[in-house]
Amino acid sequence: MTFLDYAPAPESRAVLNLRSDYGLFIDGEWRAGNGTPFQTISPATEEHIATIATASETDVDAAVAAARRAHTKVWSRMSGSDRGKYLFRIARLVQERARELAVAESLDNGKPIKESRDVDVPLVAAWFFYYAGWADKLDHAGLGANPASLGVAAQVIPWNFPLLMLAWKIAPALAAGNTVVLKPAETTPLTALLFAEIVQQADLPPGVVNIITGAGDTGAALVAHPDVDKVAFTGSTAVGRAIAKQVAGTPKKLTLELGGKAANIVFDDAPIDQAVEGIVNGIFFNQGHVCCAGSRLLVQESIHDEVVDRLKDRLSTLRLGDPLDKNTDIGAINSREQLERIRELSDIGVQEGAERWQADCAIPENGFWYAPTIFTNVSTSHRIARDEIFGPVLSVLTFRTPAEAIAKANNTPYGLSAGIWSDKGSRILAVADKLRAGVVWANTFNRFDPASPFGGYKESGYGREGGRHGLAAYLAPQGTRKAVAPPAGRPTDSGSLENATRPKRQGSPAAIKGAAK
Amino acid sequence: MTGTQIVQREQALSVIGGEATDANLRRFLHGIPGVDAVGLEQRAAGLGTRSIKTTSKKWALDRIIELIDLTTLEGADTRGKVRSLVAKALTPDPSDLSTPRVAAVCVYGDMVPHAVEALGSAHGDPDAGGISVAAVATAFPSGRSSRSIKLEDTSDAVSAGADEIDMVIDRGAFLMGRYGDVYDEIVAVKEACRRTDGTYAHLKVILETGELNTYDNVRRASWLAILAGGDFIKTSTGKVAPAATLPVTLSMLEVVRDWHKLTGQKIGVKPAGGIRTSKDAIKYLVTVAETVGEEWLTPHLFRFGASSLLNDVLLQRQKMTTGHYSGPDYVTID
Repeated sequence: MTFLDYAPAPESRAVLNLRSDYGLFIDGEWRAGNGTPFQTISPATEEHIATIATASETDVDAAVAAARRAHTKVWSRMSGSDRGKYLFRIARLVQERARELAVAESLDNGKPIKESRDVDVPLVAAWFFYYAGWADKLDHAGLGANPASLGVAAQVIPWNFPLLMLAWKIAPALAAGNTVVLKPAETTPLTALLFAEIVQQADLPPGVVNIITGAGDTGAALVAHPDVDKVAFTGSTAVGRAIAKQVAGTPKKLTLELGGKAANIVFDDAPIDQAVEGIVNGIFFNQGHVCCAGSRLLVQESIHDEVVDRLKDRLSTLRLGDPLDKNTDIGAINSREQLERIRELSDIGVQEGAERWQADCAIPENGFWYAPTIFTNVSTSHRIARDEIFGPVLSVLTFRTPAEAIAKANNTPYGLSAGIWSDKGSRILAVADKLRAGVVWANTFNRFDPASPFGGYKESGYGREGGRHGLAAYLAPQGTRKAVAPPAGRPTDSGSLENATRPKRQGSPAAIKGAAK
Repeated sequence: MTGTQIVQREQALSVIGGEATDANLRRFLHGIPGVDAVGLEQRAAGLGTRSIKTTSKKWALDRIIELIDLTTLEGADTRGKVRSLVAKALTPDPSDLSTPRVAAVCVYGDMVPHAVEALGSAHGDPDAGGISVAAVATAFPSGRSSRSIKLEDTSDAVSAGADEIDMVIDRGAFLMGRYGDVYDEIVAVKEACRRTDGTYAHLKVILETGELNTYDNVRRASWLAILAGGDFIKTSTGKVAPAATLPVTLSMLEVVRDWHKLTGQKIGVKPAGGIRTSKDAIKYLVTVAETVGEEWLTPHLFRFGASSLLNDVLLQRQKMTTGHYSGPDYVTID
């Protein structure tokens, strides 16, 4: 045997105690959905995991009504310190059930267990702990004394970090006194449903958190619901654009976290071994299903060959396979649909004249897989340098001067993130200052912290999540909320829902999916 | 074990780009890419999360034993202590004779004759199933002595039968930027490793990374030691904290990998001091295999400088064989 063929080290699935069917979590209890149920599968094996309910428009109505009641009667009236206690309780329960959540996430999403265990779930707990601390300190959120919650938040999240995106959405919303109706992506509903169990365990008042499942239609109905005060969406730019159009002209507040095509800029004085690690982490973390992935490598021409050589050597050590094996580096692509998209764009790269290199790794027979891929000889006009691939595919471009690096980095309709690698601190600061990206990492990549705001420029969306800035998306300065003319019959905080006249549903919504962000 | 061929001087000089003067060495050593400490430590921590189970663990435990330089470096060392160490090296686990032997015993120079005598016919190249004798030299551990004393110390140990010499670099000179002095001294010690038959004792160059303090310094010292002809680069004397750490060892392995790419020559690495558990040692095996390649996991390219590590590995090995944990009284103290 060779040592590097590490013996299988599978994480046990025994901690999972899944039901065969999951309903909708509305008003603190489970109920059947009125839509046609669907299956959720493991993308690594295509095995069936559970049957999941679909929420119809009636169910969406019920969920929003429950959230409204909970906001009016309980949550908006509760003291910040009491809301904080609930959030701390949720954070601790996430930690207690960390192993279970990690296994469920890897099973349903296809990401390696080492990532769900060491990144996703710890960050989920960190997010709840962080915002729990804010709940009684909202006077210091930068919005003046006694800012008001917005009301009911409709939240639609993607499949790439299912539980983490849930935490990014729910933690600040609840801390700020809002109630939520959240729809996970249809390919990854599992951990959101386990989270509903945690909400029950934490004894959160009914209706404060509602989890409804379904496909694009469910998301569209939720976002379009007239009694929603806030829409938060993470997903593709196309869907984000449709939501923005739909929400325009309504009093709903909107935050969008959309796509990206981040530049990872490597200067010739970079710490080379760490830069190679950073490039790998930037694009092959989570199979490249990361909105802020460093998918465009901009490397100074003088070190291009050396960097590409080292990168290929390093990729040859990556282990692709069973997401539940503790030594797996690259897991499964989340869905057949996404795999097709990656294949298509990758093939276009070859047709357009770029040179494709793929790590030599055995692809399992079942499931959806794509080997880590590098394109060299890429020009800025190639589609693989412009379109978000959302997969383990890196496009390598070169530059000669810092000015050219900045120009090329900014030459994209997106603006979510960027990376700079250099040993020279002054250069890092000077370049970061000129990059039009929400997050700029220096000598690292894909690092997240609840205290740091995250969000994009241009087609990458608007609004910020995380940090103090993330609270602004769920709060209004005292008095201003009433000034934005709530729809007729909108119950005020002191009114009761029963007396309110419900406004008519607006237009027919575009299909809204929790697609890739 | 005989030393590998001396790095050809011309080759070193062409890499340096001139004679080995302070100025030329400075230009070269300060021109190699820097190390980002956060990134290096993150990578080392990532390698540390590999899960080595069942058959892989069994192989790893045996291989760790085969890579150990079983060490005693005490002022109180005596002939009796060295004989006891050698007995442990020969039969690490009297309850399981299938246990492999360690690579070498590592002692102070004056203890070499005792070690050689105690080993008897088992004295030999670990690649051929023997056990080597390694001696620390050059005014170990501080290295604060005149060059003539250091060279004398070295040749004394070699003529007493040491197969391997663990020298220390002059950290004071290195930190002052007197790279030429450090280089010349390693070259001179290498020459002092020459036996009467023209072969060389294997030279391990101790960088004492705990005193060099930064990863950039570790990387530069690694290049310097390799350029000057070291067969092995070794982290520490074990007398200074911190001794071996995974990030430091990773950084040295990266230099070894780059040197191999440049010249085709394979240089050994020896983390020493502070590695006490099987779990830690396995992390080092993973780091070696995933950085320079699995072929480095042989006694002439990788060693652990350790004393208490062996017993922890033996306990783990017994656990794998018998299915239950025993206790410290079921392994022998040396």
